[in-house]
Amino acid sequence: MALLEILQLPDERLKQVSEPVEVFDDELRAFIADLEETRLNGPAAVGIAAPQVGMFKRVVIIDCSTTRKPVPNHGYMVLVNPEITKWDGFEKGREGCLSVPDYTGNVIRATKITLSAKDPYGEPLQFDMEGYEARAAQHEIDHLDGMLFVDRVVSRRTDLFKRKVYQDGGTGKKS
Amino acid sequence: MKATWFMLTMIGKDKPGMVAAISGALADHGVTLGETSMLRLGGNFTVMMMVSGAEDEQSLRNSLAPILESQGMCLHVDPIEGGLHKHVIPNVHVTVSGADRPGIVSQVTAVLAELGLNILDLESDVAGTEDKPIYIMQITAVSTLDIESIESALSAVRESGVSVSVSAIETYIG
Repeated sequence: MALLEILQLPDERLKQVSEPVEVFDDELRAFIADLEETRLNGPAAVGIAAPQVGMFKRVVIIDCSTTRKPVPNHGYMVLVNPEITKWDGFEKGREGCLSVPDYTGNVIRATKITLSAKDPYGEPLQFDMEGYEARAAQHEIDHLDGMLFVDRVVSRRTDLFKRKVYQDGGTGKKS
Repeated sequence: MKATWFMLTMIGKDKPGMVAAISGALADHGVTLGETSMLRLGGNFTVMMMVSGAEDEQSLRNSLAPILESQGMCLHVDPIEGGLHKHVIPNVHVTVSGADRPGIVSQVTAVLAELGLNILDLESDVAGTEDKPIYIMQITAVSTLDIESIESALSAVRESGVSVSVSAIETYIG
């Protein structure tokens, strides 16, 4: 086991698109163990993606079981070659990143997703996720595509709540 | 050497090009920006920016004098303590809305202050129409209390006809 070095902005490598994993061997699983050790060492890190430590393979880890207030979650998950197959709804939530120290911002993500992936042995996985956990998966999969949350941060004035109220009001008047 | 920071406050009638003019003048004089907030409020463009790299207040004023005149802006300068990388992560979000009347902000924030909430960001706006204005306020804050305690402390405000919602901000780090 070893702690891996986390790439931080403005490191251009964070923008690299990661390759799918094709070989599910001990080497992969040893790397996943190191990635998990690195995640646990990161200040308050809920998730981590392989490219954040300079390994450009499609591997992410998330564990949403330790939030202050419990949220719907599937516990500790290693997702290899994850793919989101369904999206539903959108909501704003606050995110930060191990690769962007001292900054948090609001990002709009899908509320519910269906995700398929492989486990570290190449066995197929499928999950329905919502809310915070769905956000986690979307944040980490973004890393695999060379995308950082700072590319998606919305202005503090971007207000979904207001828009919803407006829509409700609009419908109410018509009916 | 520790950077000396000033807080600049500038206000003028809104028009395109103000930020370019201000930031250009500062960059030309070797002044760098820290955290800033710039937004349009009621037809005015308002700027608050942390700057460093200026010799003193007078040299800052001299750097900005020509563009303040051309942009029709006024300037206020304060030397400040503190600096960058002091962010605090908020954990509470309070949304308030209701028919506009005097005292909504005061009523809500008095309760929050009593609870020891620290407001990190407050923005408020008047929506609706001239004869039916609606006041809308968003607060992000830090608190050691749970959401339920904050909710129940705000029940009096709610009874006065203002709609208030409190939610936890669970920041995702990954």
